[in-house]
Amino acid sequence: MKRLSAILWLLLAALPAYAQTLTIKVGVLRQTHSRETLSILDLPAMDDGLAGALLGAVDNNTTGKFTQQNYEVIDSKLDQEADVAKEIDALIDKGAHFIIADLSAQNLLDASAIAKKRDTILFNISAPDVNLREEDCRANIIHVAPDRAMLADGLAQYLIWKQWRRWLLIKGSHPEDDALAQAYRRAAKKFGAKIIEERLYQDTGGGRRSDSGSVQTQRQMPTLTQNAAAYDVLLAVDENNVFAAYLPFRTWEPKLVVGSAGLYPTNWDAAHEQWGAHQLQNRFIANYHRPMNARDNAAWLAMRVIGEAAVRTQSNRPADLLTYILGKDFSIAAFKGVRLTIRSWNQQLRQPILLSDGRMTISVSPQEGFLHQTSELDTLGYDQPETKCRLQ
Amino acid sequence: MKKLLLILIFSASTFASPAAAYLAYVSNEKGNTISILDTDKLDVVATIKVGRRPRGIELNKNGSELYICAGDDDAIQVFDTQAQKITGKLPSGPDPELLTLSPDGETIYVSNENDNLVTLIDIKRKDQIGDIPVGVEPEGMAISPDGKLLVNTSETTNMAHLIDTKTKTIIANILVDNRPRFATFKHDGSELWVSSEVGGTISVIDPEKKIIKQKISFDIPGMSKEAIQPIGVSITRDGARAFVALGPANRVAVINAQTKEVEKYLLVGQRVWHLAFTPDEKYLLTANGVSNDVSIIDVANLKVVKSIPVGAFPWGVVVAPQ
Repeated sequence: MKRLSAILWLLLAALPAYAQTLTIKVGVLRQTHSRETLSILDLPAMDDGLAGALLGAVDNNTTGKFTQQNYEVIDSKLDQEADVAKEIDALIDKGAHFIIADLSAQNLLDASAIAKKRDTILFNISAPDVNLREEDCRANIIHVAPDRAMLADGLAQYLIWKQWRRWLLIKGSHPEDDALAQAYRRAAKKFGAKIIEERLYQDTGGGRRSDSGSVQTQRQMPTLTQNAAAYDVLLAVDENNVFAAYLPFRTWEPKLVVGSAGLYPTNWDAAHEQWGAHQLQNRFIANYHRPMNARDNAAWLAMRVIGEAAVRTQSNRPADLLTYILGKDFSIAAFKGVRLTIRSWNQQLRQPILLSDGRMTISVSPQEGFLHQTSELDTLGYDQPETKCRLQ
Repeated sequence: MKKLLLILIFSASTFASPAAAYLAYVSNEKGNTISILDTDKLDVVATIKVGRRPRGIELNKNGSELYICAGDDDAIQVFDTQAQKITGKLPSGPDPELLTLSPDGETIYVSNENDNLVTLIDIKRKDQIGDIPVGVEPEGMAISPDGKLLVNTSETTNMAHLIDTKTKTIIANILVDNRPRFATFKHDGSELWVSSEVGGTISVIDPEKKIIKQKISFDIPGMSKEAIQPIGVSITRDGARAFVALGPANRVAVINAQTKEVEKYLLVGQRVWHLAFTPDEKYLLTANGVSNDVSIIDVANLKVVKSIPVGAFPWGVVVAPQ
């Protein structure tokens, strides 16, 4: 924490003192992510998400030298018992009327209710829940993270393009897995794939790491995947990292794994370097000494959205920035080959979905041939005619 | 009869190559080569192996040297066009992409993305002679015809930085649309054109007043807005017409440079990056990154007359004076 405040202080000190410098304070409200990951490579860093926001502030402050603006990051990390309401109030008390939120769906809705009373805008960088963009949408939340429907559609388009239309779906036993499976069922129907069978992997708890290594897993995974009708790919649905990573190379038949392991859809991956992305990856690694993950990138992008709106409007008032972000002139570059804009009907960022195996960007959706009357990006997720969102 | 034959042979050898035979240089980003094209034969005459990831290329005034940004080698290579050999390198800093030369030919200005700097290099001394701090991810570089005004575009800050070359300081920052990648002046210096790849527009800047006087956007039937990504810009010497490469839209826009109206879209190869006229402006050459070829545009008739296969992922193109 000391080091963090030192960094923040440096950020401020590096700026020349202008008479009329406009200060934009941005809070980062972030949950503690589980360390129960199957791979040691997926363990969350101490500055998970925050590092992306800090880098975004560094970038904004470089621009700020020319526009007399100064961006400040205020970090608030929640532990399991933390009261979100109290923490968000504390951030707003410190002057942060823009909050980059890495929260669960329910916490985000609670935070939104408080933010509404206090003239504050939230940027959702992690919650993938469709309901937050649909029936539970809120006028003070911009969704930078893609939802489950966008992710599922991104993967599904590629599978269709590959003519891998028959999917064996294996899902975990958590509520998030039900929601994600639903997104894949919808995608299958939307693009013409067939889920030949659904199986359940029951999470029986217990430690994920043991010194006995892969011996048991090597026997369990073939059993889990045997005796299925003919299929093209095995679709793993496991948002909580319980079993999916065990599947590749262990299936009964020699099959590809997609979904929560193998080829996965994401808004960002440390291996992505097209469209100038290596510049951002280089900057991130140089500053924070680790690869940039999806949450870091969404936080960076949220900070850039705030920066873009503040530079164009020359304002730090939440209402001015929100109007600009939702207006027709807004777009942002995010190293994904196209400009990103906001869906006016539910405040979801339009964006391509990367398909990665963790080593390479295998493809980027929307795939060629999936057409749309206004933007091909709107072939991903819920489109305007089907939305249930009534912003309030 | 013999005499006549002699005359014929003489004239044939004299006039075998019409006046318009120039050599064009194309950097192949993935091929790590430079393709040399004869603009009379409209064919590749040589392929030269150079440093890794060559992108931005510029010739000196008399065409004797070609400067090549070899990004993955963190250097600008010097290529002797007579000997067709790399003769040395200039210390550019990490990952150089685009550069511009001072009109006197003595100084190279190169954008240094990692450090948010424009770096000045003395060509003779092969040494860095200064830095100018600019916005995030500096990229496009241009210099006014009189050499007084240097322009750098920063891709993430979204600005054109106008720099006084004498004092080496920024005198104006002009906000343009997202991801500005390229800048060029009209030959009389009256306008500065900046392309915004992600924003999808050209900002026409008045360098005197230092304001955007007009924005040009593009609309191609049946093509999504996102696919239209302006990059390279070439303006005719008389200032009448401009050509803009539209990246993955696979087209070059033809613009009336007076009224700024788009007159036509010419279909070229895939992902068109940069453009260059032959010195007589008979042809415009386009480097097409994904289809691995160069399209030749007949400038007078506004027609694509040929596509010439080059190396892997062509990016930059320049044509030498005679």
